[in-house]
Order: sequence, then C-alpha cells, then structure tokens
Amino acid sequence: MSEQIKPHSIQTRIWREEPESNNPFAARAAFCHGYDVYGEMLGNARWVEMLYLLFRHEAPSTPQADMLEALAVALANPGPRDASVHAAMCGGVCGSTAASSLMAALAVGAGQYAGGHEVFLAMEAWAVCGTDLEAWRRHISQNNHTSGSIWPESEHAPGFDPHGVCTATPVKQTLDCLAGFNCGKHLSWLQQNLSAMEAMAACPLALSGAAAAALFDMGFTPDQGEMLHLLLRLPGAAAHALEQRPLGYKKFPFGSVELVGETAQENV
Amino acid sequence: MSTCKGPDLLQEHVGVLKSRMGTFYPGSHVIFRGHDLHAELNDMDWVELYVFGITNRRFSKEQLKLMHAIWTYTSYPDVRLWNNRVAALAGSSRSTGNLGVAAALAVSEASIYGRGIDMRAISFLIRTRRQIADGIELTDCIKQELETHRSIAGYGRPLINGDERNPHILALAHRLGMDQGPYLRLAMSIEHTLFTGRWRMKMNYAGVVAALVADIGLSPREYYLFLFPAFLAGMQPGFIEAADRPEGTLYPIPCADVQYQGESHRPWKTREK
Repeated sequence: MSEQIKPHSIQTRIWREEPESNNPFAARAAFCHGYDVYGEMLGNARWVEMLYLLFRHEAPSTPQADMLEALAVALANPGPRDASVHAAMCGGVCGSTAASSLMAALAVGAGQYAGGHEVFLAMEAWAVCGTDLEAWRRHISQNNHTSGSIWPESEHAPGFDPHGVCTATPVKQTLDCLAGFNCGKHLSWLQQNLSAMEAMAACPLALSGAAAAALFDMGFTPDQGEMLHLLLRLPGAAAHALEQRPLGYKKFPFGSVELVGETAQENV
Repeated sequence: MSTCKGPDLLQEHVGVLKSRMGTFYPGSHVIFRGHDLHAELNDMDWVELYVFGITNRRFSKEQLKLMHAIWTYTSYPDVRLWNNRVAALAGSSRSTGNLGVAAALAVSEASIYGRGIDMRAISFLIRTRRQIADGIELTDCIKQELETHRSIAGYGRPLINGDERNPHILALAHRLGMDQGPYLRLAMSIEHTLFTGRWRMKMNYAGVVAALVADIGLSPREYYLFLFPAFLAGMQPGFIEAADRPEGTLYPIPCADVQYQGESHRPWKTREK
C-alpha cells in the first residue's frame, strides 16, 4: 500500500490487485476488502456473501447472508406485468441489444413507484423514524420533497402500494420470511405494526417497503439499498427480455391510443 | 379525470391510453400534439419541434437561436469529462455507440453538473424572485439556499471558478435583445452578491442558462427536459476516436495505479460468522 498519490490513480477501500510479474496491467491476485477473491473465496463464498462484502466492507454473518439470499429470491423477478420488466421486454421483443434491455429495466425500475428511489426514500424514513410510530405519522403526513430535485414529489408514502386494497400475499410471505432471520428489529416491528403503518399510509405495504426494511435491518444505507434493489431485480427483466425476442412484436401487446384534442399556444 | 381508485383505476387504463400528445396511423399520417407531423410541422427546425413537444408552445426565431446556442456552447469533445468518458469507454471497450451515448446522457443527470444542478439552479432563481417580491432580502435567500444545499447551483464550478461559456452566451443574448429579462438581472445580482461577499463565487453556465431560459418562460420541468441533449454533440467524437484506437487503450490503469486504502490481507475461511 503506497501513500504516494499519483495523478492518474484511483482510490478505493474495496479492491486491491497484485500485478503479474511480466504485465502491470494483468492481476496475479485480487483482494476484496482483504479477502483473496480467486485464491480463497472462489468456490467457498456464496454470491450473496460477495455482494454483502462489496457493499458493507465486512463479510456477513450466516443469518445476514441467508436473509440477503432470501431477499434476492423475492426480488429476482418482478414479473412481466411490472413496468421495469415491461421496459426490458420492449427491448427484447424488437431485437434491441441485451444491455439496452437491462438499461431500460434500470431506468424504469429506478423510480418512486415500486422502484429503486422508492426504496431509497423508504430507507431514509427508517433512518429518521426507526420504530417510533409517532415519528412515522409525522414523516408520512409531511412533504419531504427537496425543492429543485430531479426526482418528482412522492405521490404516495414510500414503500406502500397506492393501488393496493390489502397487503398482497407475496408481500406478507416476504415480510414473514425475512423477519424470521432475526437480523434486526425493524422487520419484526413492521410485522407487529403493519396495520397501523398501512392506516397512516392509507394503502398497503408494497414489496419495495418490505425490501427497504430488510435492507435497513442488514445495515445497508439508503444509497446502498437503492443500488441493491436495482441490481437484484435485473434477473427477471433479463429472462423476460430474452423470452420475448423469438416471439417477436406481433405477439406482444401494442395497446391503443385514443387522441384527445390539444391546441398549441404562442410563447408570448 | 377519473375518480376511481385502487384496482378500478388500473382497470380503467388496461390496454388503452388517452393521449393529448399524439399517435401514428400506420401507412397514413402522424399526429404530433394535435398537428399532422408531415403536413403541418414538416418545415420545423428540429430544436423547434423538440421544444414544441415539451411545451406545446411556439417560440420566436430569436428564442430558438438562443436555445440552439445553449446546446452548442456546451458541447465539449473532451473525454476527460465524466459523462463524455462513458461514451468513449464504450468505444474503447467495443460496445455500441448507442449504448455508450445513451449511458453518457444518463450520467449527465449528476448532482454536481448537468441536470441535477440545472434543476436546482432554475428552482433557486424562481423561488428567489418570488421571495424578493415578498420583501425578503437577497442575502437571506442566498443564506437559506446555502443552509439547505451547502452550495448555490449555478455559481462556482467543480474544476475552476469562472466559466468560458458565459461571455459568449451573454453576447449572443445581447445581440438577440434577450439580456434584460428579470431572471438574468436577478442572476447577475446574485453573482455580484456572491462574488463581492465572503463566498467569492462567480456564476457558471448553469446559472446563466437557467436565467435565460426562465426568461423565455420555461418551467423547471420543461427546462430539465429541454436540456437533455445539451452535452450530446460532444460525446460522439470521443466515442469515434476511442473506437478507432486499439481496443482497451482509453485510460488503461496498471494495477499499481489503484491506491488501496482498505483492509489488509485476511483469511476467508477463518472469518467470524
């Protein structure tokens, strides 16, 4: 580890590489937060352990790894009705590139309706309110929007489903499963106070809300939770995009548009 | 507007979109905001069509010329700039131009430059003008913004304090008779206050452009969407040059140029679980 700062160097606490003796651009060994990735982790570490290590700088405990793996399964495929998967299929159905389908899923799945920024806002709310029901009441009732943000104002309490009637069964199942790992106090508190929380939000808990509480219990920050939520929902988007490709656009709904009138104005 | 809620609201929208914006009739014609694209809007300049699509408003030749110039003057073919570098790295990595440029435009929505700053800049100007009309002192508006964001969007700059684009866009605005609007005058007052005060910050391009476009009458959302292609013309040259060089040769980094500041080597198998 050199203390010398070079103008073209990258600083990182995550990754260290040792070069091959005959090529300074090829790594002989790579270390992730100190662990030898190819020498020790490969074949011994689980994907979710690597994921947790990358974000949290430490290896997870076994319950934390189990919980992250369960969350990854819950989030892996939002299904073809989800807007982000729909976007990926729009890429797949006309033969767009693989990356563009994932970029489409990321862009659409980034938002405040069932997306990454909703998870960010919900996790911010957990950081502010914790397990204080009165704090949640204040937080949900006030406008938390920052003026001049690129993000629009929230139209519903983050983590809740504005179109829901009651807590959807998969959301309950996910909440119950994740709370069972006992990795923190927030999921179990959410379980116990679900009715009160849903009454305050005036709509039922969404999967994004269960995910936000789980990510908060595992110690992730809102920034990290947003990234992970984006990442963990991509497998389904990818699979559905690929599935649509050979089916083609003729078997994919095109929808219909009903025009309503509009008149242009002069800018005076 | 429907009064439905929940699943009834969703059911109302299944498969059908009611749109004011337009549609195309395959083999026949296209309606763009109430007009036949090929019969009524076919002589439109592209920027004119672009801002018409955003605002549903028509703009004068002078306004359009200024809006053109706002994009032109900030199109820098320099791959050191973070967004441009994404397009160039895509070229160097032998990805496609579309993917590289699309990603480069996406990262242009940054918090220290691009759309993040643009939205803050125009919102600050609109809010400040309203507050001054309500009798609040400009210095207090500035202090309030600094307390919220620790910076004033449109003033100061990540790399240098001062902006080479400003004299050119201001000269053009002067030639077009568009340099006396209330927002531009306010932006100048803010610069004077910031520069002569303890902050020592000058106005940057985001500040002057936000003021000029606010004077044209665009809302923050219209302004945000208008600026989407602002850096676009500077991206393709970097992609082309990187794609023409040997693959992988844009900013290669030797292992030794990664300054590691993390944990020392530790064993995986005996870690605490």
